[in-house]
Amino acid sequence: MIKTDALIIGAGPTGLFTAHQLKLIGLDCEVVDNLDKIGGQCIELYPDKPIYDIPAVPECTGEELTNNLIKQLKPFDIKFHLGERVDEVKKDNGNWIVKTNNGKSFSTPNVIIAGGVGSFEPRKFPPKECEKFENKSLFYSVQDKKVFEGKTVSIFGGGDSALDWAVELSKISKVNLIHRRDEFRGAQATLNKVKELNSAGKINLSTKYQLVSVNGSNKIESIDIKNDDGETKNLKTDYVLGFFGLIMQLGPIANWGLNIDKKTIEVDTEKFETNQKGIYAVGDICKYPGKLKLILSGFHEGALAARACFKLARPNEKYRFEFTTSSKTIKDRLGIKGD
Amino acid sequence: MPKITYITYDKQSHTVEVQNGLTVMEGAVQNDIPGIDADCGGGMACATCHVYVKEDWFNKLPKKEDGEEDMLDMAFEPKFNSRLSCQLIVSNELDGLVVDIPSKQT
Repeated sequence: MIKTDALIIGAGPTGLFTAHQLKLIGLDCEVVDNLDKIGGQCIELYPDKPIYDIPAVPECTGEELTNNLIKQLKPFDIKFHLGERVDEVKKDNGNWIVKTNNGKSFSTPNVIIAGGVGSFEPRKFPPKECEKFENKSLFYSVQDKKVFEGKTVSIFGGGDSALDWAVELSKISKVNLIHRRDEFRGAQATLNKVKELNSAGKINLSTKYQLVSVNGSNKIESIDIKNDDGETKNLKTDYVLGFFGLIMQLGPIANWGLNIDKKTIEVDTEKFETNQKGIYAVGDICKYPGKLKLILSGFHEGALAARACFKLARPNEKYRFEFTTSSKTIKDRLGIKGD
Repeated sequence: MPKITYITYDKQSHTVEVQNGLTVMEGAVQNDIPGIDADCGGGMACATCHVYVKEDWFNKLPKKEDGEEDMLDMAFEPKFNSRLSCQLIVSNELDGLVVDIPSKQT
């Protein structure tokens, strides 16, 4: 059990700046994010797209913004738990017990949800029966390629993940690559390789086809795919892999007893606290009259939520407002020597 | 103002007036029409404002940019007449447009 003054869920820009604010006022914090990297939507959805409305930053990309926020956190020692999703938040004697899907648990008086539109999860196949094969013979990522050795694998998707795995697995497996159109969005060099392997009979390519059904009892035996003209093909296969990118899902947050309206959490505008004492929501995921889904609003919300955390984390101390320009205590925390 | 008709998966038809210059996605969100999530807020980054455009309308619409087709690869059950509604800008030419909303966005 990890004890901390505040646990932040979400390592996007709002979560990162909230961590900065907590550390600045002398509180500990840890950050959990389901993505395997820091940056949230900025890094996953638009790393290369320029943003023009960060105060005092005329133009920067999602990646630059993330890197600058990480740089701003450098003086502090903050533990990030990446690739982990918070599944459970439960009250225990005035503290919140928070558990992740990897079995990590935290005890904290303050939980700050900076979760954007929820956690990033792989996009799944439409047919219902896919669920029962999931993580057995149908996967949305590859953990250990050895399981596919000598087997037939059907890969769906048109991006880099689909193409890279088609090339890689063609060395040890029989590969079907299926995509909904003729054009691929993956790297041209990989695509050329795929076409070469297709001509050589190493990859069986089916374009303009989509999955309609998965057949088998305990394990997958075959799949049916259909094209736009309604023609169906049956392919024998042992495994199915789907690479359709990531989607944001509110996920377990919906089960924590919070007031949720259209994927957003209702908060007050003093502490950005939810209907549960000690649970706050900041950034895109929070909702209050006049809410703007801007990164700058998330920064403001995080700064205020951090002050609210102080009261619960240090009940016997009085919070004192200080400026970074003049406070000796803050400069010490930032590791700045002299004046 | 142009009228846009949204047909939800349960066959409910919603016809609303949408101001010129707004997107078909914004028209749905502002009028609380269910089934269009628009998680990324119109940035062509998420494919959760996916709609099917009625065939007679599909060819009249401005063509897709490359990025839109790439995003549609990730949409739930894309078809030949799939579009991202955040990329459809309402104008007088689009008056009477009918779009079907898929059963799910993810």
